Amino acid sequence: MSDHDTPNGTSRRAFLRGAAAAGAGALTATTAKAATPDPLITELQPWAQSFGDGVDETPYGLPIRFEDDVVRRNVEWLTADTISSINFTPIHALDGTITPQGCAFERHHSGAIELRKEDYRLMINGLVDTPLVFTYADLERFPRENHVYFCECAANSGMEWAGAQLNGAQFTHGMIHNMEYTGVPLRTLLEEAGLDTAGDLKDKWVFVEGADASSNGRSIPMEKALDDVLVAFKANGEALRKEHGYPVRLVVPGWEGNMWVKWIRRIEVTDQAVESREETSKYTDTMADGTSRKWTWAMDAKSVVTSPSPQSPITHGKGPLVISGLAWSGNGAITRVDVSKDGGMTWETARLSKPGEKMALTRFYLDTEWDGSKMMLQSRAIDESGYIQPTKTQLRDVRGLNSIYHNNAIQTWLVRENGEAENVEVS
Amino acid sequence: MSKYLKSTALLTALSLVASPAMADKFGLGRTALPEEIAAWDGDVSPDGIGLPAGSGDAIDGEVLFADKCAACHGDFAEGIDNWPKLAGGADTLDREDPLKTVGSYWPYLSTAFDYIKRSMPYGDAGTLTDDETYALVAYILYSNDLIEDDFVLSKETFFNVEMPNADGFFVDNRPQTEYAQWSGEPCMENCKDEPVKVTMRAMVLDVTPQDEGEAAAAEEEAAAAQEPESVVAETPAAQPEPEAEPAVAAASFDAALAADGEKVFRKCKACHQVGDGAKNRVGPILNGIVDHPAGAVDGFKYSKPLMAAAEDGLVWSEAELAAFLEKPKDYLKGTKMSFAGLKKEEDQLAVIEYLKSFAD
Repeated sequence: MSDHDTPNGTSRRAFLRGAAAAGAGALTATTAKAATPDPLITELQPWAQSFGDGVDETPYGLPIRFEDDVVRRNVEWLTADTISSINFTPIHALDGTITPQGCAFERHHSGAIELRKEDYRLMINGLVDTPLVFTYADLERFPRENHVYFCECAANSGMEWAGAQLNGAQFTHGMIHNMEYTGVPLRTLLEEAGLDTAGDLKDKWVFVEGADASSNGRSIPMEKALDDVLVAFKANGEALRKEHGYPVRLVVPGWEGNMWVKWIRRIEVTDQAVESREETSKYTDTMADGTSRKWTWAMDAKSVVTSPSPQSPITHGKGPLVISGLAWSGNGAITRVDVSKDGGMTWETARLSKPGEKMALTRFYLDTEWDGSKMMLQSRAIDESGYIQPTKTQLRDVRGLNSIYHNNAIQTWLVRENGEAENVEVS
Repeated sequence: MSKYLKSTALLTALSLVASPAMADKFGLGRTALPEEIAAWDGDVSPDGIGLPAGSGDAIDGEVLFADKCAACHGDFAEGIDNWPKLAGGADTLDREDPLKTVGSYWPYLSTAFDYIKRSMPYGDAGTLTDDETYALVAYILYSNDLIEDDFVLSKETFFNVEMPNADGFFVDNRPQTEYAQWSGEPCMENCKDEPVKVTMRAMVLDVTPQDEGEAAAAEEEAAAAQEPESVVAETPAAQPEPEAEPAVAAASFDAALAADGEKVFRKCKACHQVGDGAKNRVGPILNGIVDHPAGAVDGFKYSKPLMAAAEDGLVWSEAELAAFLEKPKDYLKGTKMSFAGLKKEEDQLAVIEYLKSFAD
């Protein structure tokens, strides 16, 4: 927990807790007393007596077995086949902002391929001065940068368009991860190939495709390509995982995950959008009147309470409660998150664990006292552009019910007196 | 407002011309050869740039489609199970649950050629000739009643085809229609006119995957739950089954080979299931297939040639299976299995070993 937002070293959380306790009188102010001594303390435990594992027991470690429920999960009925499918990050069980690679959601169109660094080639062609081929070793010789960005599938929360459907933050909001990427700016590689031939870059595009069978081609406007797109080969300090595009993927900050082409093998400078399958038949947004929006690339500001939530109920009864969640925006940094306990009637401003960063996840906390009564928990993100995360009703008023992608509406968890939570919609 | 718009403005101000004199070059990489560019650069744009020579019609396309596509997309492009439907759906886009197909939704025909040539058939991408691709696109158009069966599709005739939803798309207008109204000072107190009520509950639907043990409790919960006020669009199928642990069956079983076979089996998984809770999908369940009579899985509709072979007493010995897997269409003419085959003997043996681990 960071206390850096408190001026004089007093923890804001401690302050809030003290104030609430004082207000509630005897309810929570006194420390509980044990009836009998705790054997975990009074008796010699095996782990305190003999040895644990030596070093090198696990050359590359996985989480301890007690955490084996913190895993990606699939919703099988969503797709015909796991080869072209998606699973979900266990965001209900994570804290902080960085997503460990091993539980970061996967989305494949032809399965996760195995491609060795030695077999990797990246071609840049089209309207460039010299079409080029790079090896992996070539990429490592360009000046590189590190940036933390979220990657959110455009279909995240898509199953919730028509109504509350899946019971858990993992399933409603888990098509997202947030990693620190190491890579070469795409601008550097385009300039290496030379953009004189392209002439005026204002109406130019790059078409990017992967080495897997789906190729997942997408068109990206040149403005974005020259702005902040990265050709990345490391995430969270280590090589990308196979399922995230090893050895090299594209990182398109703030824009829908489908554009973050994995196993990227070709970048073509073009004078028009290719209008590939992934940008016409999919990843377009059909309105109530039957017309469809295209080129909806940016992921608008969004947030969700990750705990308590259906997979992370309150188990400790009334008293101090940490309400925690994630907020993000594809249009800049998160500046504020509000939390409501009564379904949006009244709101309190939550504490950001550190100032929001552009196109990266922000962790928020509301350190509160729970009186044991029913709550309708919501969170509402605001980003640096002044955009306020809309309600489901607001979103549907504009787009109707037939959309799939770009559902960034406020989520409601109904938390009952027994601490269990459920995905609901409210009036 | 967005970073994108800001950067657009900035770049426009800088006239957007990258000057190579200003940009540092590193001298890395090498020049791409024309043959290499030709091998990878196959994209086709809406104006037809990238379309190759060649032609095909729906009559040829129908045969190819039955052979290479119908296992997932259905004989009439109507789609099987959750696989994409390619035909139908005219005039449904403004209704509840629109049916989006090549005919009803896709704005450009170039997209169909581009995608099929590069990424289809599923599991055997990049193997179609240009003529075959034209023929398959023609068959899909024919299935959507957009051309007659004698229409020959080629680069020259490509734009004689009218795509019904060509004018159905508009460029992202969220800044105008959404951002302006969802900004300002947010409400903090008394934000709703009426007391807040729950209008819909996920538990009622009960479509969330559950770990074992949780399911029973959730069912009780749902039984006590109120009726939903509206019906959701997606129709969920059955609950996912727990993943099966392969049970070692035969004494001659090679676990390492079976592990290799599990990887090879990924090519089969699109159509075949194994293990506890396996169901017939595009292809039959493969539990207990090795050394068992052919055509014997309950509830699966086999092709006529396979049923004939079964009546003749075909048993899936390891040798017969290997021969079938090497080139299914050659081994059994008319089989429904659209899979191209496992060329390597080691892959055939590995996948058979893997299948042996699933008892009946």
